[in-house]
Amino acid sequence: MILVHELTKNFGKLNVLQKISTRLEGGISYALVGPNGSGKTTLIKCILGMVIQDDGYILVNDEPILGKWEYRENIGYMPQIGRYPDNMKIGQLLDMILDIRPAQVTTDDDLINEFGLRKIADKRMHTLSGGTRQKVSAALAFLFDPAILILDEPTAGLDPIAVEIIKEKILSGKKKEKVFIISSHILSDLDELSTHLLCLEDGKLLCDNSIENLKEQTGEEKLGKAIASMMKQNQTEFAL
Amino acid sequence: MMKIAKYALLDILRNRFVLFYTFFLLLVSLSMFSLDSDSSKATLSLLNIILMVVPLVSIIFTTIHFFNSYEFIELMLSQPINRKAIFASEFIAVSAALCTSYLVGIGIPVLLLNNSAESMVLILSGLMLTLVFVALGFAASISTRDKAKGIGVALLFWFYFSLIYDGLLLYIIYSFSDYPLEKITLMLVSLNPVDLARIVILLKLDISALMGYTGAFYKNFFGSSLGILYSLGVLGLWVIIPFLISIKVFLKKDI
Amino acid sequence: MIRLFLLLTILHFSTLLFGKTWVVSKDGANPSIKTTILKAQPGDTLLIKSGYFKEGNIIVNKSLVLIGQGLPVIDGENKYENFTLTAPFVTLQGLKIINTGISDVNDISAITGESVKNLRIIDNIIEDAFFGIHLKGSTNSLISGNKLKARNQRDAQSGNGIHLWKCDSIRIINNTVEGHRDGIYFEFVTHSVIQGNVSHHNLRYGLHFMFSHNDEYRNNTFKDNGAGVAVMFSKKVKMFNNLFMENWGSSAYGLLLKEISDCIIENNRFYKNTVGIYLEGVNRGTFANNQFRENGWAVKLQASSIENVFEKNNFVGNTFDLSTNGSLTANRLDANYWDKYDGYDMGHDGIGDIPFHPVSVYSMIVEKMPTAVMLWRSFLVFMLDRAEKLVPVIIPENLRDDHPQMKAYDISS
Repeated sequence: MILVHELTKNFGKLNVLQKISTRLEGGISYALVGPNGSGKTTLIKCILGMVIQDDGYILVNDEPILGKWEYRENIGYMPQIGRYPDNMKIGQLLDMILDIRPAQVTTDDDLINEFGLRKIADKRMHTLSGGTRQKVSAALAFLFDPAILILDEPTAGLDPIAVEIIKEKILSGKKKEKVFIISSHILSDLDELSTHLLCLEDGKLLCDNSIENLKEQTGEEKLGKAIASMMKQNQTEFAL
Repeated sequence: MMKIAKYALLDILRNRFVLFYTFFLLLVSLSMFSLDSDSSKATLSLLNIILMVVPLVSIIFTTIHFFNSYEFIELMLSQPINRKAIFASEFIAVSAALCTSYLVGIGIPVLLLNNSAESMVLILSGLMLTLVFVALGFAASISTRDKAKGIGVALLFWFYFSLIYDGLLLYIIYSFSDYPLEKITLMLVSLNPVDLARIVILLKLDISALMGYTGAFYKNFFGSSLGILYSLGVLGLWVIIPFLISIKVFLKKDI
Repeated sequence: MIRLFLLLTILHFSTLLFGKTWVVSKDGANPSIKTTILKAQPGDTLLIKSGYFKEGNIIVNKSLVLIGQGLPVIDGENKYENFTLTAPFVTLQGLKIINTGISDVNDISAITGESVKNLRIIDNIIEDAFFGIHLKGSTNSLISGNKLKARNQRDAQSGNGIHLWKCDSIRIINNTVEGHRDGIYFEFVTHSVIQGNVSHHNLRYGLHFMFSHNDEYRNNTFKDNGAGVAVMFSKKVKMFNNLFMENWGSSAYGLLLKEISDCIIENNRFYKNTVGIYLEGVNRGTFANNQFRENGWAVKLQASSIENVFEKNNFVGNTFDLSTNGSLTANRLDANYWDKYDGYDMGHDGIGDIPFHPVSVYSMIVEKMPTAVMLWRSFLVFMLDRAEKLVPVIIPENLRDDHPQMKAYDISS
């Protein structure tokens, strides 16, 4: 579904992404991990077309995305920190998004209902807590039932009930052959939700492997430990 | 695109500033007309407002608005929407808001109290100046990364076109006062939208000033319908060129 | 003056009473003006009936009264001078004189009076004349109620409307002159009055004074002439209640004063001229109670002018109230109203508390660099003038009005 080929991006002298190549398929949930500043968000923004790469290319459904916008009909994006026009009310925001995308008929307002967003439709965006904002972001990401979902720290700051709702939503989406890209620091959640690991460090793709394989290779049962052990191994390789 | 512009405009209107600006202009134009019994003189007094305040408010408001609607732009960019359409919508929204303020605050009072050809030129020139400085405001915002820098660049633009440019022009006139400079100054005036608007309005309003030794030359040029068309055309270019540059930068900009 | 007028009136009636009246009519006993003049005796009257007369140059060499009835037309066929008056006490009245010849050598005119006195040229219509009414070395004459109109486009093909050379005690009253080179031209003319005339759309000056002393002109209107009005090389000229308006152009003046002295300019209105009054080499002039309104420059005072007094004038809506090309300013400004004055009157005596400096920095810049006129009303100019007000360095300090008025004077026509 998504092909990333030798993707390179520099911010000034900083090499944020260095020749990243990978291939993402439907029905698989990808865990995108890496230390702070390793390029996770930049990679996501490249796929969304918000950041323009310096070199390499990305194909979505076999089409190059550079300068295109139509392909985003297939993508739902939940940003790390959802920033919305301050003076808008939740209801207005939802209505606006529905209004400007009339071409898409099928909508999925499960999350709107489950989070009870319509009940607080009159609240202005700038009055919302971080968690409620996250709920709005999640609802918007799933709203048009897209085939690709990019979730940047989806569970951070959410109450446990909401976390469970999102997890349910992801697991059911996986069954519908959707692609999930989930970036998170909460590895226990990723262990539960994802099947494949993409690990970035200093703009390089350190690991592109299924979680099952990884656990087998490292002999660990938990994702966290598996990653730690993999990194240690990596460093030894460097040392050698 | 119009839908996005509509939402951007709604966002602008939620902010009371535009309303405040409209009332300010309305207050100024009404007080000018009530202080001065001579309506064409009042229209002339309005010239200063149009040349100073309108560009300043237009460029600063545009810059602040751009940075304030960064979230909105970010949200739109994650949707299946053309970048060009997003930018154009913002431009249309800001222009529509400021032009409406201007028309309500100055256009309607002037037309009601002094309905003449001069007034039409005044209103049209002010409208063009609004658009020019909205375009320059976008250029200032696009070329900077944060609000403070953006406002700094915007102020610099305004300062340059309102004061520095004329200072340079005076210096050139002074340095080359032995040469016939009419055609060159005519060209140089075109390079500054504020000067261009000022001269076009003055030639309609306060003709005696520019009827002096060299004035006749300007009068012949700008006074003709060809000259008016030329001026409006150049002012139009002052809108289109910054707009096109900004949109080009915006297409490549990382959000 | 009134006595003179009465005397002339009595003389006029006496000729009517005692002279014989000849009727000149195309279908009557006397179809020709020329032959009738031959038959007439001094003191006779010719009543010229409506008709079309082509008689070449008509010389009036006897003291006759020629009165047109029903506006007879005297055609000069673009070749001849219509009337040449060589006798005193000639009256020409109610004639339509057209198509005077054009010459590069002679000043051919519709009516010429040469070295004669007591002429009366009244209520005639003169169209397409080269020169209109031309008096040389004449005295005690009246030119009144005539309408002169020429259609020449070029200076060289156009003569002056009313042209006086070496004359004395002439009254030019209620005439209209249009489309000539100079509307009214005076050279070596003394003790004369120009009153109630309208001189407009002439190619050069509406009124042109040269070497003419002790004259007076009042209640005239000079509008949209190529270069306005010029008074040069003259002394003791009085200019009252005139209207100078819309004299526009790169070298047009409401009133151009050059090398004149002891003149009085009062109660005039200067409206929408490029330059209201231009003074060069003007000495001891009095400029009082004049209204300067919406001129480019109300007064341009060249440094060669001294001891002039400007008082109780109104300066309203001019781009520049006063400009000068030098710092030598031995002239006095007092008690004028300046609309640009923004001082206060704490004492409530109608006089501003601080003096007013009517010369602006910008006007001095424009004086040196005319192209800078295009910066008028720019922010830069505003800042320059403000800065100069705070820290005066350029403006001549003594060119100031110590008693600026808070209210405009009531100057009506």
